[in-house]
Amino acid sequence: MRYLPLTADDRRAMLAAIGVETVEDLFRDLPASARIQDPAAAFDLPDHQGEWEIEQALSALAGQNLSAATAPSFLGAGAYRHHTPASLDYLIQRGEFLTAYTPYQPEVSQGTLQALFEFQTQVAMITGMEVANASMYDGATACAEAAAMACRVTKRKKVLVSGSVHPHFAETTSTFLRYTDCEVEVLSPDVFGLEDLLGRLDDDLACVIVQTPGFFGSLKDYTTLAEAAHEYGALLVVATTEPLSLGLVTSPGEMGADIVVAEGQSLATPPGFGGPGVGLFATRSKYVRQMPGRLCGETVDVDGRRGWVLTLSTREQHIRREKATSNICTNSGLIALAFTIHMTLLGEAGFTGLAELNHARACAAADALGKVKGVRVLSQTFFNEFALSLPKPAEQVVEALAARGILGGVPASRFFPTYPELAEVLLVTVTEMNSDEQVAALVAALTEILA
Amino acid sequence: MSTSVTTLTGNRGLQVEEKLIFEQDQPGRTAVDLPAVEPYLDRLGGLRRRGAIGLPGLSEPQVVRHYTRLSQKNYGIDTGFYPLGSCTMKHNPRLNEKMARLPGLADIHPFQPESTVQGALKLMHQLAHWLKTLTGMPAVALSPAAGAHGELCGVMAIRAALEARGETRTKVLCPESAHGTNPATAALVGFEVESIPATADGRVDMAALKARLGPDVAAFMVTNPNTCGLFERDIIEISQAVHDAGAYVYMDGANYNAIVGRVRVADLGVDAMHINLHKTFSTPHGGGGPGSGPTVLSAALAPYAPVPYVVEQADGSFHLVEQVLEATASGQQPFGRMKGYHGQFGVFVRALSYMMAMGRDGLFQASGDAVLNANYLLARLSAALSPSFDGPVMHEALFDDRFLKDTGVTTLDFAKAMIDEGFHPMTMYFPLVVHGALLMEPTETESRESLDAFIEAVLGLAERAKAGDAEAFQQAPRLTPRRRLDETAAARRPVLRWTPSVE
Repeated sequence: MRYLPLTADDRRAMLAAIGVETVEDLFRDLPASARIQDPAAAFDLPDHQGEWEIEQALSALAGQNLSAATAPSFLGAGAYRHHTPASLDYLIQRGEFLTAYTPYQPEVSQGTLQALFEFQTQVAMITGMEVANASMYDGATACAEAAAMACRVTKRKKVLVSGSVHPHFAETTSTFLRYTDCEVEVLSPDVFGLEDLLGRLDDDLACVIVQTPGFFGSLKDYTTLAEAAHEYGALLVVATTEPLSLGLVTSPGEMGADIVVAEGQSLATPPGFGGPGVGLFATRSKYVRQMPGRLCGETVDVDGRRGWVLTLSTREQHIRREKATSNICTNSGLIALAFTIHMTLLGEAGFTGLAELNHARACAAADALGKVKGVRVLSQTFFNEFALSLPKPAEQVVEALAARGILGGVPASRFFPTYPELAEVLLVTVTEMNSDEQVAALVAALTEILA
Repeated sequence: MSTSVTTLTGNRGLQVEEKLIFEQDQPGRTAVDLPAVEPYLDRLGGLRRRGAIGLPGLSEPQVVRHYTRLSQKNYGIDTGFYPLGSCTMKHNPRLNEKMARLPGLADIHPFQPESTVQGALKLMHQLAHWLKTLTGMPAVALSPAAGAHGELCGVMAIRAALEARGETRTKVLCPESAHGTNPATAALVGFEVESIPATADGRVDMAALKARLGPDVAAFMVTNPNTCGLFERDIIEISQAVHDAGAYVYMDGANYNAIVGRVRVADLGVDAMHINLHKTFSTPHGGGGPGSGPTVLSAALAPYAPVPYVVEQADGSFHLVEQVLEATASGQQPFGRMKGYHGQFGVFVRALSYMMAMGRDGLFQASGDAVLNANYLLARLSAALSPSFDGPVMHEALFDDRFLKDTGVTTLDFAKAMIDEGFHPMTMYFPLVVHGALLMEPTETESRESLDAFIEAVLGLAERAKAGDAEAFQQAPRLTPRRRLDETAAARRPVLRWTPSVE
């Protein structure tokens, strides 16, 4: 078998060196009553296959999906499709990056470590924060960890989640804190960005969590909220699911955020059916010892040369065990690498320019869609995603568009089935990948379906 | 030694010094060309960013060279033998990468209409089928993102099951040899953690466990094979005792690679176990993730599995249950949602590609070869090193530092000397139950020649240590891009990002 180098002769010689007769003898500690001798009798599964057989089988499954590679896609709601330069996918597949473990042995891991140091710097820069960690699993778990960290920092137990926050971020945060002594209150979905958060602040609050751009697209200035939260001794956590927006919009750090969390997928990988992504996590320097996750830091070697190591590990589970700031171990290293490579390829000009391009295209598309009879653009402000009000249930419209080969948007009802007032709300995303022809096709199809 | 060789540039042949990207910045450079944007009316509500971000500008050739040079400062499985104990650093087949990049699997969106992603849902269903069949367990939660996240899934399911029974149990028991994630996870779910001691042969002390079990104990978390590389022979009796006390058995599946196809964990009385797809099923570690930690659940815990999950419908189509409310309507009682979207789908594709390549016959052979390789290391190294426990071992062999006594060489020194010999070191100082641990896991994808080369190097180093050449060890590594790094200074005055120098 192609992944197994040992030959029958090797096995015989090795068994002799060990001093046993058979490989089965090495499994003698397994309870005899449960030990399997014949896998063919024990498992109803296929035997090994060659490469082309697997390619054929998995290609057949792939063929049953409608891919954005062929269908115009206007999907977002937390996962975004941007162009990834060819050199990015080549570089992350270099075996020295792809097949390395977490950089525990820094002398043979300087490549991963330097890339993480650069990643941490880029994340801190775009979020307007002072420090960032080396990544979390995804944006939703980063949001949950931020809530837990706010409770540690403030020694308080109440977390308030705005209706602007992605419902998966809110649900993950609620689940994560479900069995702790912290309480999570999640507000109703806030389509227009009109909820009153200031009136809900109090002296017991550990943090308030908001999102920008909001789940329904709106942009908001959270400066006043940050100031008010701080007066109550609470932290402001700002989440984002589209980090490209930070190239055009005032950063959460400039608004006074204490912790910024994000899903970094949009700049790192294709949507990939939702995973793996990468969680970005940034905060102020004064809170660094309360942060979850790995941190890469600068130091020198015995010859005085600059180098990098994992640091402040006394926060972490492998040292602190039940007193650790988090149980996270493996995070999302390779996707963090993809994120940092893309940011490096873009640079200042590319990052801000791509953000401008997205916004300009989204503005043009919103204008065109708003002219379709019965359609209203609900989002007064937005980045590259906006909410439409349709004269019919959005789920039906999306199915009808899919039947015409267009992935036309995400119905809000998919996340909020118990809110009938959201049944006709459709989230539409427009990026650099959507040509004028694609937007025109969406407008035409929508006009026809709604006629 | 090459440390005495100095060059004008600081470069050493193929090892080229590489500045940070921020130190290579030239404003105006970019590696991405964009079309011009015509004037338009923005919808930013006055929130347009003011001032520059400070991101560096590099051209494409510079970027490619930067990351290529960085990659050359890394050791990966592709480079050589990587016997990092408890980490299962096996070969990562490139077929998996190719499959994960099929546009029909990579370029699909988590919130497309279900009718347009039937192939993706079927793939998840097939992966679940493999995992359930191999473990004999009735249910699996696919969404956990890594091993520790899978532990969280299992322990939350236990807490939910206890609440459904109307019971408040406050304690989780773990052996002393447990990974740090086990107590950290239990604490996150609101449990207090107590340690159970080990016997002289490196296994759970049954008498101590039985004495501690009682109505306050929620679960026993046990890694099996354990972190000493030993199978917990009494596991069935342990499960029985835990169940008799009204508690649940969480088996940490970090070391599942040793027993795939050799035993069904359901037959051991296990209630929950996470499976690290990035260890056992060959998906790459990527310098620290992404992983994937599907968690198999017994009938007692299955009702509490988190959303989302895939169900096959009467007409043969597949449906993703995303909402707790929908799950509750069908009789499930999910404890919630663990992450955004639907799990580490790209990792699922890679793991399924591997399972199909190996098949049931290959997986059976693989666990056999993994255990054979570990026992071969143990047999050949036992005379010169100090094995902590008698074999046979499972997938890894544990040594302690008695063989280095009075040599002036520590476990750390020994590991660093391995680097100069061209090998990635073994896991050092873990598990905590022996002094100066050296934990070696060869995996099944190493050839006998590769093991022999490693063994010769270890034996040679052990001889050198005993001969009194401590200085050479303390100077190691000498041949790496950087020599030993000052970790104390890094932690005392943390520099966690580049900052522009003040001019």
